[in-house]
Amino acid sequence: MTATGIGAPVRRKEDQRFITGKGRYVDDINRPGQAHACFLRSPHAHAAIRGIDAAAARAMPGVLAVLTGEDLAADKVGGLICGWMIHSKDGTPMKAGPHPALAQGKVRYVGDHVAVVVAETLNQAKDAVEAITVEYDVLTPVVETARAAGAGTTVHDEAPDNVVFNWHLGNKPEVDAAFGRAAHVVGLDIVNNRLVPNPIEPRAAVGEYDDAEEAFTLYTTSQNPHVARLVLSAFIGIAPENKLRVVAPDVGGGFGSKIFIYAEETVCVWAAKKVGRPVKWTCDRTEAFLCDAHGRDHVTRAEMALDEGGKILGLKVHTIANLGAYLSTFASSVPTYLYAPLLSGQYNIPAIYCEVDGVYTNTAPVDAYRGAGRPEATFVIERIVEVAARQLGQDPARFRRRNYVRSFPHQTPVIMNYDCGDYGASLDKALEIADVKGFPKRRRESARTGKLRGLGYSSYIEACGIAPSQAVGALGAGVGLWESAEVRVNPTGSIEVLTGSHSHGQGHETTFAQLVSDRLGVPIDSVTIVHGDTDKVQFGMGTYGSRSGAVGMSAIAKAIDKVIAKGRKVAAYVLEAGEGDIEFKDGRFGVAGTDRSLAFGEVALQAYVAHKFSGADLEPGLKEGAFYDPTNFTFPAGMHICELEVDPETGHVTIARFTAVDDFGTVINPMIVEGQVHGGIAQGVGQALYEGAVYDADGQLVTASFMDYRMPRAEDFPSFAVGMTVTPCPSNPLGIKGCGEAGAIAAPAAVMNALTDALGHEGIAMPATPLAVWRAAQASRPQPLAAE
Amino acid sequence: MTSVSLTVNGKAVTADVEPRTLLVQFLREGQRLTGTHVGCDTSQCGACVVHLDGEAVKACTTLAVQCDGRTVTTIEGLAAPGGTLHPMQAAFREHHGLQCGYCTPGMIMTAVDLVRRKGHHLDEATIRHELEGNICRCTGYHNIVKAIAAGAEAMAAEPVREAAE
Repeated sequence: MTATGIGAPVRRKEDQRFITGKGRYVDDINRPGQAHACFLRSPHAHAAIRGIDAAAARAMPGVLAVLTGEDLAADKVGGLICGWMIHSKDGTPMKAGPHPALAQGKVRYVGDHVAVVVAETLNQAKDAVEAITVEYDVLTPVVETARAAGAGTTVHDEAPDNVVFNWHLGNKPEVDAAFGRAAHVVGLDIVNNRLVPNPIEPRAAVGEYDDAEEAFTLYTTSQNPHVARLVLSAFIGIAPENKLRVVAPDVGGGFGSKIFIYAEETVCVWAAKKVGRPVKWTCDRTEAFLCDAHGRDHVTRAEMALDEGGKILGLKVHTIANLGAYLSTFASSVPTYLYAPLLSGQYNIPAIYCEVDGVYTNTAPVDAYRGAGRPEATFVIERIVEVAARQLGQDPARFRRRNYVRSFPHQTPVIMNYDCGDYGASLDKALEIADVKGFPKRRRESARTGKLRGLGYSSYIEACGIAPSQAVGALGAGVGLWESAEVRVNPTGSIEVLTGSHSHGQGHETTFAQLVSDRLGVPIDSVTIVHGDTDKVQFGMGTYGSRSGAVGMSAIAKAIDKVIAKGRKVAAYVLEAGEGDIEFKDGRFGVAGTDRSLAFGEVALQAYVAHKFSGADLEPGLKEGAFYDPTNFTFPAGMHICELEVDPETGHVTIARFTAVDDFGTVINPMIVEGQVHGGIAQGVGQALYEGAVYDADGQLVTASFMDYRMPRAEDFPSFAVGMTVTPCPSNPLGIKGCGEAGAIAAPAAVMNALTDALGHEGIAMPATPLAVWRAAQASRPQPLAAE
Repeated sequence: MTSVSLTVNGKAVTADVEPRTLLVQFLREGQRLTGTHVGCDTSQCGACVVHLDGEAVKACTTLAVQCDGRTVTTIEGLAAPGGTLHPMQAAFREHHGLQCGYCTPGMIMTAVDLVRRKGHHLDEATIRHELEGNICRCTGYHNIVKAIAAGAEAMAAEPVREAAE
């Protein structure tokens, strides 16, 4: 390992600009002549629009335009789309209603987009929004996930009973048979609470139209600018792709919420041409709460069949998934193909059957949030495994180990083929780091001070490296999920790598450069990573689902191989040797068995000056591209252990220790990978203890600011204990599995298993706020821990 | 419009502002100092923290007119002239105290203020408690806490304000 190569904790190249205030985020961009947009949003969860009177607003100072859904329709601007077709178990396609960027006829959630004002200044736009009069016929809203189906009021006419799909996966007769011969059946009702992603940078957009070139530019907070361009072009019809540039510069966190193609960005780029001025919109935090796609929101009944000794025989799951008022970009895939295929967890479960009802409600759209389906699946399996162990009177760690998958490849009953892993190794390491042996003593010490101490495990697995295009195409995806890369070597030997991945905190400028430095033997500072601009990078699928390492870097590795192959040809001419005799090692092309060699930079120069070979024999230049399509998902897995203490008098929960041992395959930069784990854990603990989006019965979001929605803060956590085990992924050239979501996937179950262990009963749901914990702790009182 | 005169990052600035102009708007839009960020509008997240006469304030809840005659330091003004990083900036890089970078300027400005108030030897509990007004969604705070502890030690050359107060 070199100081800047694969495996080195290289300090991040991008940090210099961020720590000096020179990052460039979308809201930092101002274009000449720029006007400002402000949206009029629905105050009602569900209402028919009888009329919009914008005359007064149009007459206000500085107002350039007031645009509504009628204007969109007149311009034949298409609606927002959901890019994954799900079929119900009866074979019918999902029942999707239209999703106009500005409401047409009806509003379906509080915050829904009714009109936009474009004005000279933001304050003028805001003032004019208040002058628009809308006549609504308020309708009864559908709010609750569990009661949406057949609620008697319909969100979209296309789905009269509000059920978008009734999907299933697995083999029901086999599961029924497993339950028929079970010695034990364990059941659990689970609510996976609704979350708001809340990257600290709110979304923003600047749309611009160049009427000389007849071309648009959209600066936007996107995790996948090429997908945004594709959707805006092919489906929404803003402009052909060659006339639309999408730029996603520095982006301040995404966590999934910046994957999607939203109304505001669409309207900004469309309005730019209408008003003949660049149009800027920056989301405020309350707008983000109202309109960013939310995450999770499942209501689930799970049942597990076990034999006499505690071997798992089968798993049966029924989930109602709230999709919100409209189907967001990937909404339909999250509670289906990103969820049910992970229900096998790390366990050898012979039979699994899962049924999912996706429902419309009058709430914000729900889509992928860090982990996307996999945290929900992990929560189901890890909670029910824990409860099963408890009910059978078995140690939860031993119970898990007994049911772990031990031989690979392992075909689960729910699509996935696990390629490699060593779950026992992660468990062993986690038990040691967490000092589980010392837990009983610590628990007694807590009891002496009137506190309840608990320990909880979570053996998570996820499917990353999304995804083999053919496989996801067969499951309904509208796109391929490969990645592209281009490695451009300059004559002087410096290198630009263009990637379709997008970094919004992940540190690609460093890790991707580490790969290039490692493979080509060049200094890391001579490598620049270029991303986030459709005019520079030809195409890319973007960053989500922990795919940038496994898929994005694999594409770069492929392109590097081609660069080396070409360099070998150039070196053969220069060194007057046979191409087969040229070896590339430690950054030099040499003739095998001799001391004759050329540095990488010398070969680059020779490739461009082209004096040593004829154009008939070899093309000049040194630039190679590659598309990498994965052959399988990757399967990061690990063991997270939470130890916490409950104060039954106040309901306050203190996380005493949090241990994470993860197997991410090959690690490029352990410092960055650990950072990803830390952040994921915080979001997972946040889901378990603090965060929850709450709509009241009228469909008003009552948690719409950081004053009301409890974001995790520094004081909520101890320092985390993080360890790694490594089984390199066999399906990609680098052995990478992916690390971005592990913490958010594993932590909720670890926390809730610890909390229920402390309380001595299962009667508490997420978020386990102090009030909820206090109430639950009152129920715990008859079971004094001192008896232990 | 009201005229304000203040010192921003060592430079005298005079401007006419609407009375309702927030300090963060004045800095970002008027002075093109876009390192100070807006993250929440409710004074919770701390992405907008700057120093006003050497003390941390949230620029999203400070009016520009309140800063008349006073001195503002933003993240752009923290490094030494010539670009040598402030020890706290260097510590954030060294300890991977940032990911997306959006909360980072506010975190660093808060951390510098914290050291000035509480000294150079900060235990973990103190740092975590003092970060009550700064939200990070990326790092889980783990490395921010480490960075601040290290940055505090590295700031030993700076005087502790508390002693003077």
